[in-house]
Amino acid sequence: MNLFDKFKPLLAARAELSDIGVDPFNVKVEKILSPTEAIVNGHRVILAGTNNYLGLTFHPECIAAAENALREQGCGTTGSRMANGNYADHLALEREFAEFYDKPFAMVFSTGYLANLAILSTVPGADDVILIDSDSHASIYDGCRMSSAEVIRFRHNDVDDLAKRLRRLKDRASRTLIVVEGIYSMLGDVAPLKEMAAVKQEFGACLMVDEAHSLGVLGETGRGVAQAENVEDQVDFIVGTFSKSLGSIGGYCVSHHPELEILRYAARPYIFTASSSPSLIASTRVALRLLQEGSGLREKLWNNAHRFYEGLKKLGCQLGPRVSPVIPIMLGESRQESIAIWHDLLQNGAYVNLVMPPASPDTRCMLRCSMSAAHSPEQLDALLEIFARVLSARGMENRVS
Amino acid sequence: MKSYEEILAELINLIRPMVPNANELSPDMELVDNLGLDSMKVMNLLQEIEDQFDVSIPLNVLPDVRTVGDLAHKIHQILERE
Repeated sequence: MNLFDKFKPLLAARAELSDIGVDPFNVKVEKILSPTEAIVNGHRVILAGTNNYLGLTFHPECIAAAENALREQGCGTTGSRMANGNYADHLALEREFAEFYDKPFAMVFSTGYLANLAILSTVPGADDVILIDSDSHASIYDGCRMSSAEVIRFRHNDVDDLAKRLRRLKDRASRTLIVVEGIYSMLGDVAPLKEMAAVKQEFGACLMVDEAHSLGVLGETGRGVAQAENVEDQVDFIVGTFSKSLGSIGGYCVSHHPELEILRYAARPYIFTASSSPSLIASTRVALRLLQEGSGLREKLWNNAHRFYEGLKKLGCQLGPRVSPVIPIMLGESRQESIAIWHDLLQNGAYVNLVMPPASPDTRCMLRCSMSAAHSPEQLDALLEIFARVLSARGMENRVS
Repeated sequence: MKSYEEILAELINLIRPMVPNANELSPDMELVDNLGLDSMKVMNLLQEIEDQFDVSIPLNVLPDVRTVGDLAHKIHQILERE
């Protein structure tokens, strides 16, 4: 046995992809043309597999703010928030997040991944419990691994199972942090947060909601599922990312607990990494303002989601449980056939994400499509036409349902 | 309170349908290396075990679990603690 033997199964899986001649997990975006178009692996495609929900990546005001910050403040901060990397604009963005959520405390992190690591590795300690939805994102699982708390999973979106597990914890339920997501990134389904918040209250636990895919997408002013379900007062920590609706990179957490502030001295993922570059912070500040002003963008996003979902349904595709900007198309168990479909779509001008087990929810492969407010009706029609052509050529039309 | 032997017997009954090709299951068989359960199957098995024994098995204990017997011991410990 040597250090590298453990990689043999992964190397074999990669070799299988290389035999097929297509690697959906190592595509090259040769040129990004707009929020919805790019040249990928030599093909000009419409992008329907991103997280660019509001389409802000090329917004002229975001770009102008980033350019300005770049010139005035340089390319990077070269330091941690705790040392020399805590610029006035980082603090301004935190204030703006706190105001946006109407919460007294906000922290900004260098990525959304680090925001989850920071909260989960620091807030629940030894003798505490973290109770996570089984479909949680890897950043939640990794945060749990960094924590000394006991980690227990409950069945995805299952309120009864959540309650059952809190009941089993007895006295320890009051030292438990429940962790759920707003919109789940693979199936586009949404946590039943009203019911979950009621269970949390009943057992005296704390609740953290990761709004990564729901910021700018759900809620009257785009704050996410907690706002949509009118339970923001019962959520202890709201975490999110800049890398989806806000079109940049970074993460945040807002809370009514003053203890959030002490994380600046305790959370290793906050302390031991460089702070975000000034240009990222500048474009994010503008994007957050546009998001707040942008009920029109949300409306466009949802119209696009409905139009695309209905179109796929007419083609006979088996879709997720509800209309959402994340639209999964369930395929069969054959990896080879799924890769071929994905590749045909790419060659015909549509980029979507291919998801295979164990990243997919069951033993089947799936295509993850995602909508943007920036998609035009013509682009959606073009995408549907490509799907119709590819699926029927593969004999999949009306068979995938 | 169930004994280790009772837990082991119930556990083997739960695992058997997941490994149709395996011969007689014994406590020293490794879940991954001998029985070929992948990470998804192990997670599904855990959910079934949790329902059957009405316990929550923390993810933290999994690094210590290699064999069927290890798993039975962990379930026994958790039930004892409760």
